[in-house]
Amino acid sequence: MTEVIRYPSGSLRVFAIAGTQLPFPRLMMALNDWAARRCDAAVLAQTGRDHARYSHLSAVDFIDQRRFDACLAEADLVVAHAGMGTILSCAELGKPLVVMPRLASQAEHRNDHQADTARRMAHLSNVTVAGDAPALAAALDRLAETRAIPALRDRGNETAAQELILALRGFIWDREAPALPVRTGWPRGARA
Amino acid sequence: MLSAKIRNRSPRVLAVASGGGHWAQLMRLRAAFEGADVHFATVDPSAAEVVAPAPLHLYPDANARTPLRLLLSAATMLGIVLRVRPDVVVSTGAAGGYMAIRIARLLGARTIFIDSIANARQLSVSARLSLGVADRVLSQWPDVAAAQGAEFRGSVL
Repeated sequence: MTEVIRYPSGSLRVFAIAGTQLPFPRLMMALNDWAARRCDAAVLAQTGRDHARYSHLSAVDFIDQRRFDACLAEADLVVAHAGMGTILSCAELGKPLVVMPRLASQAEHRNDHQADTARRMAHLSNVTVAGDAPALAAALDRLAETRAIPALRDRGNETAAQELILALRGFIWDREAPALPVRTGWPRGARA
Repeated sequence: MLSAKIRNRSPRVLAVASGGGHWAQLMRLRAAFEGADVHFATVDPSAAEVVAPAPLHLYPDANARTPLRLLLSAATMLGIVLRVRPDVVVSTGAAGGYMAIRIARLLGARTIFIDSIANARQLSVSARLSLGVADRVLSQWPDVAAAQGAEFRGSVL
């Protein structure tokens, strides 16, 4: 286990998160295989109580909140289980994220709720859902490539936020009368 | 405010966000400020080089668990709003954004609070407080907006 957590400089900084409850060896093995053939990548992995050894990951069992925040803030890419907290932390910071949902059939969780979470969050433009090792590797390769081209990276983000940006512009330039609060953008029938 | 209309200049915007995710989300909305006379306010001095040449104002970070700092923060925010005299206040949270909106509203500015995308289950405290004060309160989740009386107009992602 590596105690000092730092990304080597000049590398593609990848932060992997298994979460605090159970280890997630299927994710870590897939990531380790990917990292083995990407010499530009440096992967910090929070693995949980995982007994396996990953030759291409800098692994720690658990990580305190302050260091977690620092690792996340510095990461270029994030790979994680489909935990709501992780997905929202990445959304907050706009970090590209690949999630692999834990499966009950592999004893990775009690049930398959992470697949539902992943589906629900998949519309976020920073989130890619990968069900298995090949999908994970493909998603990471694509993100690594996109990251290397700033124009591509920025365009993706802006397009996704277009609706909100237009709404905000409309509000800022409407100087005649304050807009009345509209209750909600959804039809009444859509309420739960 | 009124003078802005008479001079017909571009609107002066005060964009407020605390550190971390709040600030990251405000930065994603920068395209909305193009052409406006925008001032930023946040808690981290290193943001100055990111927003330059736009002016950056600083206030001490605080939350409900740090009541004394909250007072200091409110006093600082009062100074910022009085100096900037914004036509519009935009905030992505948290407490500082609510305070800016509260103060600027008294001076006749139009105000909008955009709740963090992290609040996927319910509105933040600052957003809920802003509901009765700001002209618009937006949630980035349609079901949260519908359930709690905010609006949904898309998200930063």
